[in-house]
Parts: sequence; C-alpha cells; structure tokens
Amino acid sequence: MSAKPKLAFFSFASCEGCQLQVINCEDELVALLGAVEIVNFREAIDERRDDYDIAFVEGSITRPEDEHEVKEIRERAKILVAFGACATIGGINAIKNFQPQEKVSQYVYGDQAATFPSYPARPVHDLVKVDLKLHGCPISKSEFLEACKCLLAGKQFTVPNYPVCVTCKLAENVCLYQKGMTCLGVVTRAGCDPMCPTFGNKCIGCRGLIDHPNVNAAFDVLEDLGLTLEEVTKDFTMFDGCHKEITEKK
Amino acid sequence: MATTAKKSVNVNVRYVTRVEGHGNIVVNVKNGKLEKCELDIVEAPRFFESMLLGRRWDEASLITSRICGICAVGHASASVLATEDAMGIKVSEQTERLRRLNVYGETIQSHVLHVYFLAAPDLLGVGSVVPLVQTHPDVVKRALKLKKLANDMCGIISGRKVHPISMTPGGFTRIPTAAEILYIKERILDCVGDVVATVDLVAALAGKLPNFTRETEYEALYCPDEYALYRGTKLITTDGAECSNRDYKKIVKEKVVGHSSSKHVSNKRSSIMVGALARFNNNWKQLHPKALEAAAKLGLKAPCTNTFYNNVAQVVETVHSAYKALEVCDELLAAGLKDETPEVQVKAGRGVGLTEVPRGLLVHDYTYDDRGVITDANLIIPTGQNLANIEDDFRKFVPEVLDRSQEEITLGLEMLVRAYDPCISCSVHMLDVKFVG
Ligand code: SF4
Ligand code: SF4
Ligand code: SF4
Repeated sequence: MSAKPKLAFFSFASCEGCQLQVINCEDELVALLGAVEIVNFREAIDERRDDYDIAFVEGSITRPEDEHEVKEIRERAKILVAFGACATIGGINAIKNFQPQEKVSQYVYGDQAATFPSYPARPVHDLVKVDLKLHGCPISKSEFLEACKCLLAGKQFTVPNYPVCVTCKLAENVCLYQKGMTCLGVVTRAGCDPMCPTFGNKCIGCRGLIDHPNVNAAFDVLEDLGLTLEEVTKDFTMFDGCHKEITEKK
Repeated sequence: MATTAKKSVNVNVRYVTRVEGHGNIVVNVKNGKLEKCELDIVEAPRFFESMLLGRRWDEASLITSRICGICAVGHASASVLATEDAMGIKVSEQTERLRRLNVYGETIQSHVLHVYFLAAPDLLGVGSVVPLVQTHPDVVKRALKLKKLANDMCGIISGRKVHPISMTPGGFTRIPTAAEILYIKERILDCVGDVVATVDLVAALAGKLPNFTRETEYEALYCPDEYALYRGTKLITTDGAECSNRDYKKIVKEKVVGHSSSKHVSNKRSSIMVGALARFNNNWKQLHPKALEAAAKLGLKAPCTNTFYNNVAQVVETVHSAYKALEVCDELLAAGLKDETPEVQVKAGRGVGLTEVPRGLLVHDYTYDDRGVITDANLIIPTGQNLANIEDDFRKFVPEVLDRSQEEITLGLEMLVRAYDPCISCSVHMLDVKFVG
C-alpha cells in the first residue's frame, strides 16, 4: 500500500453502534484521518468510492440482496474486517434465529410480512472470507485503533483466546456469582476490560465464545461455583445464536 | 414560473448519506406535476419486538439498547421505565437523577454529532466533516471536545454510551462515586465556552437554512417538573390533543406502507412531527433560562414551522442539557452518593415507558407473565413517526423549488431529510399484531 491506505465502512443489519465507536475515538480521530483515507462511510461522509484497501463490515447478513453486496465488497477489498458482534457471530440479530422466521415477520409486520423478506441472521464469514474479526457489541475502541495500527504496519493483530474471568480477576471484581447473579465471563472471549462485571452487571457474552471452550474455559471459577460448562453455555442465546453447538442443542 | 410548468425532475438518491441507516429519496416530477414523492426505507428489518418475546425482565434493556447506537441510553431508559411500570417498581431520587444525567449526556452527544458532523457540512458547502479538519480546525476540535464530554458522562454513569451496562430495572448495578460526579461537573464547566461558541456558530449559519415552512402537528412528552426528556406524565400536541402515557395509541397511530420497512404514523392530520423542534414548540417555556437566551439569539420562536430549524432547536437543547446536567450534579453531590441495590419484585402485567430521545418520542410497551418473561412487545421509534411528515414536507418543498437545477433540488431534499436527523436503523421494526401460536 503506497499512498495512504483507503478505508471503507459498510453496514448490514446492525445498530451502527460499531461505526459510531469509530467517530467516538475523539482523541485519535484527527490523527487517524491523517494516516488513512476514508472513501466510504455513509453514516458520516458523502464521498463513495470503490477503490478501498480495507473494508470494515458491520452487521449480520439477513437478506438475499445483502449477500450480493457483501460478495462485491469482498472482491474489491484487500482486507475484510468483520466489525462487531453482528458481523462476527450474528450478535443480537441471531436471537430471532431461535424463532421460526414466518412468525417473527408476522409478529412485526402483520399481513404485510411478505413485503419484507428476511432469513435467520448469518455472520459475515458464513458468506465470504474474513481476514480479521473485531469482537464485541459494540467493538472496543482500543482494539479498533490497535488493529488499524497493525494493519497499517503490516503486522499481525491477535485477539485474546482466554475468558473474561481472567481479566475480571485482575480487575479485582467481586465475582457476580457470589452475589447470586449468573455471568458468561467463564466462556466469553476477553478483551473488553472487562466492562460489564466492573459495572456490576453480568457478562452477556457479546464477544462470543472462546475457541474450544471445553479446553479454555475458566474451569477454576466453574469449580468454585459447582457449575458445569453445559450449564453456563446454555445461557449463550443473546449474542451467539449462530454458534453451531448452541443452535444444535436447541 | 412559465419555465417550471413543463419541467420534469427525477431525483433518485440511493442511500442518503450522513444519516443513520439506509434510506432512498425518490421524487418524480413530470411536466411540472409531482408524480412520486417518497423516502424509501430500505434498511434490513431487525424484528426487535419479536426478539423480546420469551426474554426475561433483566434482559430487555440490554437487548433493546442494541436497536440503535446513537439512542442507546434512550432505549435503555424507555425499557426500564416500561418494566418498572409493569411491575410497580419505584426507584430512588438518586436513580432518577443519575438517569436524567445520562439522558442529558446522550442528548448532547447526539445533537453535537448531528449539528457538527451531519448538518453543518451542508451549510459550509462540503461533503463531510473531513475537509473541515483542514479549513475549520477549531470547529472540529470543539465538536470532538463536546462529544467526548457527553460520551464520558454516559461512560461514568452507565459504563458505556454504546451500550449502557449498569442501567437496569430498579436502578443501577453500579453507583458512580462523588469524585466521578464532581469530575463530570468540572468537565461541563470547562465546556461552557464551547457550548456558547456552538450557539454563535449556528447563529452565523442559520441564515443559510432554507426558508421553508409547513404547519403540522407537533407531538411531545410533557412533564410538570421540567422540560421532558428522560420521562413525562402525558403526551401532548400543538393541536391540543393529549393522552396519558398508557394511552399513547390515541395519538400515535401506526400503519404499514409498502415502500418502507418502517411503519408510518399520524394523528388527525396526514402526518405528525416529533423531535427537538416538536419538543421546543410544545414545552419551550420550561427550558433553562440560558437555553431561552440561546433560542432568542438563534431566532427560534415557538411555534416554528420551518423543519430546517430542527437543527437550531437541537442547539438550544444542547445548552439546556449542559446547564441542567450541572444542576443535577450539584443535587447529587449535595445529597451524597449512596450505595443502592435495585429492588425488583417480579410481577405479571403490562407496562409502558415513554421517553424523549434526541430524535423524538420513543415508546416501549411490554407485557410480562408472572415469571417476568415478555409475552407481548410494541416499540414505536421517533423516525418512524416522522416518515409521513418528511414525505408531506417533500410534497410542499418540491413545487417551491422547481425553478432550481436538479442538483440543487436533490441537495435541498437531502438536507431536508437530514434536518430530521433520521435514525433509520431504529425505525425499522413494526406493528403490534398479535403473536399467533
Ligand atoms: S455489534 Fe452491537 S454495537 Fe455493533 S452494530 Fe451490532 S448491535 Fe450495534
Ligand atoms: S464469572 Fe463473571 S463476575 Fe465471575 S469472575 Fe468470571 S467474569 Fe468475573
Ligand atoms: S463483559 Fe462480556 S458482555 Fe460485557 S463487554 Fe465484555 S464480553 Fe461483552
């Protein structure tokens, strides 16, 4: 990449909160705009060009017309980043995957349901090759900036493959199970600081499952609590509805 | 006029930029006659009402905040209000204050984003905020400073602006410390000059706003104690209609239209408007004196029927929110921050939560069974309520500007859509048809 690398942002079924997190990098935004050229970002700029190097794709794929668009983006981009839980794991959109789609549509649109076709939410990697995943609902600003630095420098960017519990203990939080709550931190991928337990609320699994939970889960925490892996993962329905193991269990 | 009588115009904007979500403008004029005039909502539907079915009371606000990144605190507010209404949960004065502070934060964040990033580029003749980094660095710096203040306010109070973590039915799962509230107060004081400069900037640019007026019905939440944002006691309109929160359907009447994955809303007229201008037109007397001063400086007077002045009303509300937030910080500090745990007794019943998010009235309406599981849900989003009004505006606006070039007409229409600050991904949801089976 000779001149300034060109970035583009796209969104499918999403709340656009992950794009908003980019604009929320108030301290770094001006420097970022100096280092890259943003050629497509509908939420914030008019310009629309197709000559991008790195495409950030937010949102889940839920319609046939989205498939065509995401494939086009894949063809044009040198690097495709799945941006946020909707894109990496289906995220909140996948809750509807547990219900029959006709019922979902009818509940919302009544007898007009057929006008708005939609199918169960799919993560971006289900349709095209994804080079990098930025997890979370929303993405973490610091991870986004770190990933940009790595991409610009041609370095490898890696995300943690240990559970939230590890960072939660480092933060010296009282475990929520001690307060009679449940928490998905035992099997959820770390990297969020850990936001939710620090603010007194349960981890709801927005960063998705760690790879191989049966090897990598926080077994010490589970053991202390007398819980099994199965008992914890059955609650993984808010963000990770696309996960094969979970959908199959249903 | 003779030249426009035979004029044909074809406006087809695919994905209006600098708005949240995907919308297309389609306007056709043939031989001087307006044939088609639509804002097509092409956003992928997300079916949130259905997603709420079968979920527990403590998950609802976490799920619904994900409807929209920009109004996440507003969705969480309406959601906890609905759940608390359904289960008869009372919250403490401290909780009320913290929630109001959070809402002031989100209002400032959203209005600053809209005025500086999305609307101002039109008035300065550029396509985005990016060129302004070079030409108007102070303006960009100020916008980012105000945005950061607002985000940090919400961050301290509820963990994150996108998406709040500790706001829950009954209160908060973490109470900020007095030192944190003091820090917010100091940060706001440090930004007062920037708020004033924002008023001056917009006052200087307001002359460039198109002179377009159309009388419509303006709808807002009303609260006897204050200019209603976080909550209110009834719904009112400038046509004199009013109803209780639970009877919102008496004013907010929804219908599905084919070209939009978001339903349209109206009352007695063909359309209704919500948002900053609608709140101002209904409740301006309750604004903070500093906000009233700003309104005078900006030439905003109720009733204002120029849609483009919605941006101006947003600036007035930014001033209001900053000064009210200072008051709330002082109240919290005077009372001292107490550790409280949310108390919830799960109960069956229906509850309605109404709140004013930056773009207007938001409705969450849930029914719970006796296990605290949602069995029915209806959500009405501000942009959905404004869609019919936007199209009515198009119908009056296009004939008035037919003598201009196609590019100018297109830009005018895009600016008109942006004036509403539409939040299209939010609005994509639907009806309260009964769930069968
Ligand atoms: S991952 Fe979360 S924050 Fe990001 S777009 Fe999806 S719902 Fe919004
Ligand atoms: S289970 Fe949750 S609260 Fe407990 S240590 Fe793990 S992340 Fe922290
Ligand atoms: S604690 Fe869990 S739910 Fe919260 S941000 Fe981290 S991964 Fe997401």
